Amino acid sequence: MGKIGFLEKIKKGLARTRNVLTSDLDDLILGERVLDKELFDEIEELLITADMGPQFAHDVITDIQEKVSRKELKNAQEIKKILRARMTEILRRVEKPLHITKGNPFVIMVIGVNGSGKTTTIGKISGQLIKEGHEVLLAAGDTFRAAAIEQLEVWGKRVGAPVVKQKINADPAAVAFDAMGKIKAGYHGVLLIDTAGRLHTRVNLMEELKKVKKVISRELAGAPQEVLLVLDATTGQNAVIQAKMFKEDIGVTGIILTKLDGTSKGGVVLRIASELALPVRYIGVGEGMEDLRGFTAEEFVAAILDE
Amino acid sequence: MFDSLAEKLEGIFKKLKGRGVLNEESVNAALKEIRMALLEADVNFKVVKDFIEDVRGRAIGREVLESITPGQQVVKIVHDRLVELMGGFSASIKFGARLPAPIMLVGLQGCGKTTTAVKLARLIAKDRKKVYLVSADVYRPAAMEQLAVLGRQINAGVFAAGDLRDPVEICARAVEQARKEGYEVIIIDTAGRLHIDDILMAELKQIKDKVNPAEILYVADAMTGQDAVNVGSKFNELIGIDGVIMTKMDGDARGGAALSLKAVVRKPIKFVGIGEKIDALEVFHPERMASRILGMGDILTLVEKAQSSIDEKAALAMEKKIRKNEFSLEDFRDQLKQIKKMGSMKDILGMIPGLSKVKALKEIEPDDRELLKVVAIIDSMTRKERINYQIIDGSRRKRIAKGSGTEVQDVNRLLKNYVEMRKMMKKFNPKSGVKSLMRNFPF
Repeated sequence: MGKIGFLEKIKKGLARTRNVLTSDLDDLILGERVLDKELFDEIEELLITADMGPQFAHDVITDIQEKVSRKELKNAQEIKKILRARMTEILRRVEKPLHITKGNPFVIMVIGVNGSGKTTTIGKISGQLIKEGHEVLLAAGDTFRAAAIEQLEVWGKRVGAPVVKQKINADPAAVAFDAMGKIKAGYHGVLLIDTAGRLHTRVNLMEELKKVKKVISRELAGAPQEVLLVLDATTGQNAVIQAKMFKEDIGVTGIILTKLDGTSKGGVVLRIASELALPVRYIGVGEGMEDLRGFTAEEFVAAILDE
Repeated sequence: MFDSLAEKLEGIFKKLKGRGVLNEESVNAALKEIRMALLEADVNFKVVKDFIEDVRGRAIGREVLESITPGQQVVKIVHDRLVELMGGFSASIKFGARLPAPIMLVGLQGCGKTTTAVKLARLIAKDRKKVYLVSADVYRPAAMEQLAVLGRQINAGVFAAGDLRDPVEICARAVEQARKEGYEVIIIDTAGRLHIDDILMAELKQIKDKVNPAEILYVADAMTGQDAVNVGSKFNELIGIDGVIMTKMDGDARGGAALSLKAVVRKPIKFVGIGEKIDALEVFHPERMASRILGMGDILTLVEKAQSSIDEKAALAMEKKIRKNEFSLEDFRDQLKQIKKMGSMKDILGMIPGLSKVKALKEIEPDDRELLKVVAIIDSMTRKERINYQIIDGSRRKRIAKGSGTEVQDVNRLLKNYVEMRKMMKKFNPKSGVKSLMRNFPF
């Protein structure tokens, strides 16, 4: 694959979103439509279908409607501009890519519900960091799922990162402790700690995660520097609850939105941005190592709204 | 927020006149709320639209039954319709006459196919069928290893693919192997893939053509959003599916995808995955799903779960006590002892409408030691104390703490939780003055 600009790539990844949203939106706008209720109903449908949620869609539309009435806009073309501006404004607040400085140990804990793509994402981040000249160490903290350790080891081999591990069913906090031991012994690169997928409703498992984090901070003040929550873009409104619970219980510093290469729109990230202000560190737009990308509000919205 | 959909509707109906029959005005007002509830539950926008119109037609002019309020009547109509739409099929698997009967699992990445394959194998093996497992996932690192490990846990045969790299060949050989070894069913776990990935979808089609499955089951994550319809119908269109398994139902997602899928794909939802353990796969119950989508909790599941673990008589007695608000500390202790059999406390409480959001309940979640501690504390009480907690004053608390080898704070916490729990139960007491959710329950 040649050098495809990021915008192209993300637009490609979000192709379906774009197609649905723009073609429909253009239908709305190109036709000589008045700014009637029907038009707003159709915009509501577009937003909800993009997984932005009914209440949030309603709020955005109310917002736009107010602006429209204030400015007394007669032109439907303006709606798109205002919609874009509103969405960009919301997302810009969370447009905060991950910056890792070399020379000091940097611990990243990766958490999320089952099947969101934690291990794969860790593999991709590791590959990218190593390419950028970082040293990367992996910790196989998913000691629950069968063969999760092996899965991470395959990634470790693939990208050239050593893996700290114990046996299946070992205490994940003990694995984290071992990994932190490397830092105490002088390792000063990036440490990525995998964790078992868990639904945010499992209190015991959330406690287990707290313990892992506690062990990390006990071994190194200020660590983990990042707690990344991996969210599946296919997820509907429950993603907000997930983000909220993990944020409250564990303390999330950023999210990674995976699986944007499907036909899901990932619009729930707007709700998360608006309600929880969690920085979006990466988005996943494909299978390849390079398909894990930084998140840019304008490009994300552009990919959704533009042709 | 929608846990009290029924209550919300009561609010609307209070403002509206015209008891007797449901008039257009009140039905429209109610459906507005129901529409929001469905959308919030991730039911697909178009499906919601059709559904609302359908219900509108059914509700307007309908007589309000003597015993219930207009709000309850509308919820009942909605609930019944949801049940009708999602049910109407038997959840059983058609194995056909061939041996072994191939069952193929397909779906997106991370929806839970591998775990489900093993759960399903266990469920089928319970019918004394010999089940074989094969993973056709040559892509995800260690996917085959994962299935092999889980397969061993349930003593199922697992095909060893060795150096084979072609999923179609792996499946063909596995079926052959299963036949030779006298297996009756072979479950084929396929790699997760995007429905728009032409190459991988073609591969799935090849596997299908090669092994001619008795059933193809589409595995769907209960948390899926609006896109569930696109993915499901694409899989159905390209591969052809016979049924759906919804996974991760133990979370708090409202699972609107179930309705969306059923409405669009028109294939039965057969099973639901309700936990990480190997036995956490259940037959799909449309009425429970309907309550869940509407955000009304799942009293039925709770009752059934209790019944399967506790004997029926005890369950009935317990239910009576809960209803009469006579739930004593002694009952609490007995319940705690039963809980291990029933799954986690959180699961159970989560099935009660409204409770999932009560923060205080997090503290009740007992780990094993916590559970023993609580039982020890209650054991150290006199019978009188257990029956009437209100007499437990400061000095009694000290004595109980000493007797059970715990701290007074532990006793305090237990009592606080217990009182909290009683309060919750009171809410569901149909005979209490509190406007209860139970009463709003449309069945």
